[in-house]
This record gives sequence, structure tokens and C-alpha cells, in this order.
Amino acid sequence: MTSTLPVQSKSADVKEQVEKQINKAHGDHRIFGLAIFLTADAMTFAGFFAAYLTFKAVNPLPEGTIYELELLLPTLNTVLLLVSSATFHSAGQAIRNSNHGRCRLWLLVTAALGIAFLTSQMFEYFTLPFGLTDNLYASTFFAATGFHGLHVTLGTLMIFIVWWQAREAGGRVTANNHFPLEAAELYWHFVDGIWVVLFVIFYLL
Amino acid sequence: MTATIASRGTGPRPRLQPTGWLRYFSFSVDHKVIGLQYLVCGFVFYLVGGALAGAIRTELISPVADFMARDVYNQVLTLHGTVMIFLWIVPVVNGAFGNYLIPFYVGARDMAFPRLNAVAFWLIPPAGLLLVASYFITGAAQSGWTAYPPLSVTTPATGQIIWILSVLLLGGSSIFGGINFIATILKLRQPGLKLMQMPMYCWAMLGTSILVIASTPVLAGTLVLLSFDIVAHTGFFNPALGGNVVVYQHLFWFYSHPAVYIMVLPAFGLVSEILPVHARKPLFGYVTMVYSIMGIVVLGLIVWAHHMFTSGTPPWMRLFFTIATTFIAVPTGIKFFNWLATLWGGRISLNSAVLFSCGFIVNFVLGGITGVALAQVPFDIHVHDTYFVVAHFHYIVFGGSVFIIFASVYHWYPKFTGRMLNEDLGRFHCMLTFIGFNLCFGPQHWLGLNGMPRRVSEYDPQFTLINQISSVGALLMAISTLPFLWNVIQSAISGKIAGDNPWNALTPEWLTSSPPPVQNWAGETPLVEEPYGYGVPINAIDLSATSGRDLWRSGK
Repeated sequence: MTSTLPVQSKSADVKEQVEKQINKAHGDHRIFGLAIFLTADAMTFAGFFAAYLTFKAVNPLPEGTIYELELLLPTLNTVLLLVSSATFHSAGQAIRNSNHGRCRLWLLVTAALGIAFLTSQMFEYFTLPFGLTDNLYASTFFAATGFHGLHVTLGTLMIFIVWWQAREAGGRVTANNHFPLEAAELYWHFVDGIWVVLFVIFYLL
Repeated sequence: MTATIASRGTGPRPRLQPTGWLRYFSFSVDHKVIGLQYLVCGFVFYLVGGALAGAIRTELISPVADFMARDVYNQVLTLHGTVMIFLWIVPVVNGAFGNYLIPFYVGARDMAFPRLNAVAFWLIPPAGLLLVASYFITGAAQSGWTAYPPLSVTTPATGQIIWILSVLLLGGSSIFGGINFIATILKLRQPGLKLMQMPMYCWAMLGTSILVIASTPVLAGTLVLLSFDIVAHTGFFNPALGGNVVVYQHLFWFYSHPAVYIMVLPAFGLVSEILPVHARKPLFGYVTMVYSIMGIVVLGLIVWAHHMFTSGTPPWMRLFFTIATTFIAVPTGIKFFNWLATLWGGRISLNSAVLFSCGFIVNFVLGGITGVALAQVPFDIHVHDTYFVVAHFHYIVFGGSVFIIFASVYHWYPKFTGRMLNEDLGRFHCMLTFIGFNLCFGPQHWLGLNGMPRRVSEYDPQFTLINQISSVGALLMAISTLPFLWNVIQSAISGKIAGDNPWNALTPEWLTSSPPPVQNWAGETPLVEEPYGYGVPINAIDLSATSGRDLWRSGK
């Protein structure tokens, strides 16, 4: 049944329109979707931070049970992550210049920095003078840093996947289609940004 | 972008899908199939939640606990709340109608992320089965749908952990859906369709998705902390270990108050689509409707602590949250006056969809008024945790959202199946639901004002008569489901053929065949710049000659 209702068409060819939409699905809106997801993720961290700050404000622990956190390792970790953001950006620049070899090199450097971060955090966990169930601060500390560590782990896995996809010029990641790399890069920058906030709230405040 | 990439992309691939009714049981990426899967799955859980509500009302017929043991009563109560909120209303008003309608409304052939969409739906049945099965395995959670610690930490752990896992899965489903809706509405709009020309349901879903993205992750984080408390014996919310239960309440209500708007904002959008069609009038005050939705979103995120007036909140907090909560009545009131103005002087056809919408308006106004009352601290302290709150809440979510779910089913059923529903049965269903609902929840205001606490299986004998009236109302509501069930099944087989556009509506989903083909439109995508251009004779509208804005002014 043809409709007599007022409609106005823009495009002539359905096939072309579908194609256009599928192509669009590979363009900007995937990064947009990822950005919305990261907003949601940031809200999870915001919940942890709000809980920690509230605990700190209204649940003072008895004297002598508050531990001073060592600043050396976390500061090193901050530097590691900030540098890794820069190296990831270099990987993106390299693929945009069709330089696959350099892109893979920078990706490996970034992954190495991520693994160094995780190792350093693990080392920090083992040397801390408190455990998960000791008290409220300890529990929230491990929950937030652990959740962030999970993000770093996932990000590192993503880097290896992108590295594998960028193996050769005919791979998934090329100069024309570097969405996987861009997505992983956005994710990595996000995780770095969260770490900076976490560092300020848990170590410096 | 070459053909190789497109062929392995996430776009719709009609050739790979089974045809006929089988595709409704398959892992389809078609937004229409997923929408109907959400709807049917949600309705199954509605029957489960309704049966649990029936058990509760049976227990409350007499003032002593004789029908169920107390811990079973607590399990039934918890399951009823969780099933109805997380498995019926939220998936159906968002997932079902959102998935079905939003791509039509923005002129797209599918959602932005079709596979993510399928994942979001297929998280729901396992989560629901897990939740319901927990009752039979080890005993379900007993601490109510709010799962307040320390109760949730001290009751048997297995049921509570299963509850947390299930809610986490459903929260993930909700977030995936929200991402999809925002990306579809903002990025897949047809070229030429401006934001302020979208049908109102798009705005409602945009607002809802913003709420989902902002608040659901907080609930997820909180429940992870709660599960640590249960499994690893950490002390986040356990006062014995220095934890703070009020922080749980803050974090929980930061999600669960917006959750009320996640349940009613889409209903607001749906009723804005239904009323103009059947009143043959443009939606009154489109721009104010948009701003009021966004106002509700912003205010909805800053009012959560009005649930905690009895939790020792400081006076400044009480003042702030009282004022913020009361202010929500303003945008909501704007919407109600706009709907009334839409109906005013229209040629209203009193079919089932309109009757349910009018029932919604009446019920929601009552629920809204008691909501403003509950925002006032002294009154809230008086009726806190009594049946007044139960009545208020059910007037909002049953009298609001569920009435609109039924109205929408009556409105869009011809599009879903290509056949009309039986109007007489529909009106009977509406009347029975309306009477049963008000008989059930109306008297509960009185119960609450006189001090009957909620979540109890035994009560003071002076409340017996009112509880029995309430149970009779619940029975009527249960019976009212039968004509509906018969109607949807029977009409799908042998209902009157509907035609493409039985209501002469102008929104784009009616400009295709019923049921729609896999790519939504067999030919070109129509660009409807004026979805509410009623009031002028249909053939007199020439969209190429005039802008949509002028038509709104010209329509009555």
C-alpha cells in the first residue's frame, strides 16, 4: 500500500543509503559510543571516590590506625602512565603516516609501560602495611586501585590486539581504517586521566 | 571505506536472518525483532512478578502470618520488587519501545550498534532466570529490592550474591541500551531532521539514556562493594568494621531515584506520541515539553537524599533535597498541562490506547501529588516506611508506566503484527485494570497514614478490612490480565487486518508496511519534518513548501 501521507525523500537509492549507513557505522559514531561508555565508566569511579571521601569525612578512625602511604611508587606510576599516553599518541601518528613498523614499535613500548605500571602496583600492594579487610580506608583503597588496575590490564590486552591487527599493511589497522587503534587510544587516555584523579584523591589528599 | 569493510561490518545483514516467526526466537540484530523480544520477555516477567504480588496480597488478607513463613515472605517481597523494576518496567519502556521506535523516528534502518543491542537484550533472560531460580536453589535474597546493609550482609549470602549478579547483568544491559540510544538519536539522524523536529519519544529516550549513563554505573560499583562485604568480609557498609551504611544509601539512591525517571520518562514520551494521534491535534507546547524533560533529568539527579530524611541527614541537606524534589513538580506539571491542552477540543476517539493514557494521567497526578507531600520532611518522617510510600510508589510505576505500556501495546499492536486488537476486550481490560488498581492501592494511603509499616507479613488487626479491600483490588488486576492475554494471542492469529496506517498517524513508523520489512522501509526513507501536523487536512500539508515550525503554529 502506498502512503498518501506527506513525506519527502532525500536519497534515491536504498542500497546506497544502507551502504552509507554501514559506512557511517564505521566512522564517528563508534568513537562517540565509546565516549558514552567511558562516561558511564567514569561514573563508577566517581562512586568509589565519593564513597572514599565520605568515609574520610565522617568515619575518622582511631589514632594510630591511619597509615601514611608511600609516595615513591605511585609517583613513578603516574609518570609511567603519562609517558604511555604520549607513546600511544605516537603510535597513532605513525599509522596515520602508513608507517606500520613504527606504529607497532610504539604500541609495544606503550604495552611495556602498562605492564611496568601493573608490576609496580603489585609490588606496592605487597609492601603495604595493611590488608583488604583491615579497615574502611584499606578496603576502599584496594577497591578503587584494584578496579583501576583491572582497567589497565584490559587496556594492555587491547594494545596487544591492536598490535596484532597492525601487523602488516593489509591488516585491520591501516592508515585509512584505524578505528581499533583510536578506540584503544581513547580508552588508554581515559584510564590515565582516571589515575591522575585517583592519585590526587587517595595519595595526596 | 571500501566494500570489504562494509561486508564484515556491524551493519544490518538481512540475508543472514531467518524469516517468518522463527526470527523472533533467534539471535537477531534487527531492532524490531529485538524490541518485540524485549516486550514479550518483559511480559513473561510481569506475570512472574504479578504472581509474587498475588502471594503477598494473599498473605496480607489476614493479620497473622499463615500463608507463608516470614523468611519466605521476605524472599517473595524482594523478588516481586526486583522482577517488576529490573525485568519488566525498565526493559519494556526503554528496551522494547525504544528499540522498536527510535530507528523509525530518526529515519535509520537499524540502531547504531545492532550487535551491542542484541547483547543488551540477551543479558536479560539469563539474569532473570538466575534471579527467579535463586528462590528454588538456596532461597532468594531477603533484604528487599533496596538490599540495605547490614541486613543484606547478615542474611544468607548465596541468595544475596545471586541477586547482586543478576542486577549487575541487568545494569550492564541497561547501560548498553543507553549507549545505543544516545548514539542512534544523536548520530544516525537522517540528514535534514533537526533535533527540535524529532518525535517527543526520542527526547524522552535521550533524557532517560543520560540518566542511565550517569547513574547505573554507580549502582554497579556499589553492588560490587556490597558483594565484597558479603564474600570477602570487607567493611565498606558494615558498622562493626567501621563501615558506613548511610554511604550505601547515598550511592544506592543516586541510582534508584533516577531509576524512577528511567521508568516514567519513556512513558511520558510514549503518551506524547499516542495522544496527538487519537485527538487529531498537534502536541501542545513541543518546546516546553523538551525543556521539561531535560529539567526532569537534571533535577532527577540531585534529589536522591529525600529517601534518607530519617537516616540522620543534616538539616541543610534536608532543606536542599526538599526544595529540589518539590521543584520536579514544575516540569512534570508542565507536561501534564500540555497533554490536557493537547486533548482540549480535539476529536478524541475513546479507544483502549486513549483510555489507558487517560488512566495514566489520573493515576500519575495522584502519585505525583503524594510525591510532593513525601518530599516535605515532617510528613515524610511520619509516613516513612509505611504503606503510604507503597501506595505512592505504585501510583507512579504501575499507574504511570504500566498503564502506558498497555496503552502503547494497544497503539502499536497494528504495527507489530499487521492486525488490530479487539477494542471491546481492550476497553474491558482498561476498566478492570483501572478499578482494580485504584481499589488495591488507593486504600493503602489510609493504611500508611494510620501507621501500618510496609514489608511485614503480620499487622495490627484494625487494618484487616482495608487490607482485604486491597487484596480484592489485586485480584481484579490479576483477572484483568486474562482478557489482555487472550486479546493479543487471538488477534495475532485472526484479528482484523490493520493496514499500514490504521490511525492515520504522521510519525514515520506508520509510513511503511505493517509489520515493517527488515530494512524498515522497502523504498526510500521518508523524512518527516513535522510528526505532529494534525489539525490541517492531511492532503493540505506540503512539507516541501513550509517548515515544520510554521505547521505547529498553524495546527489549531
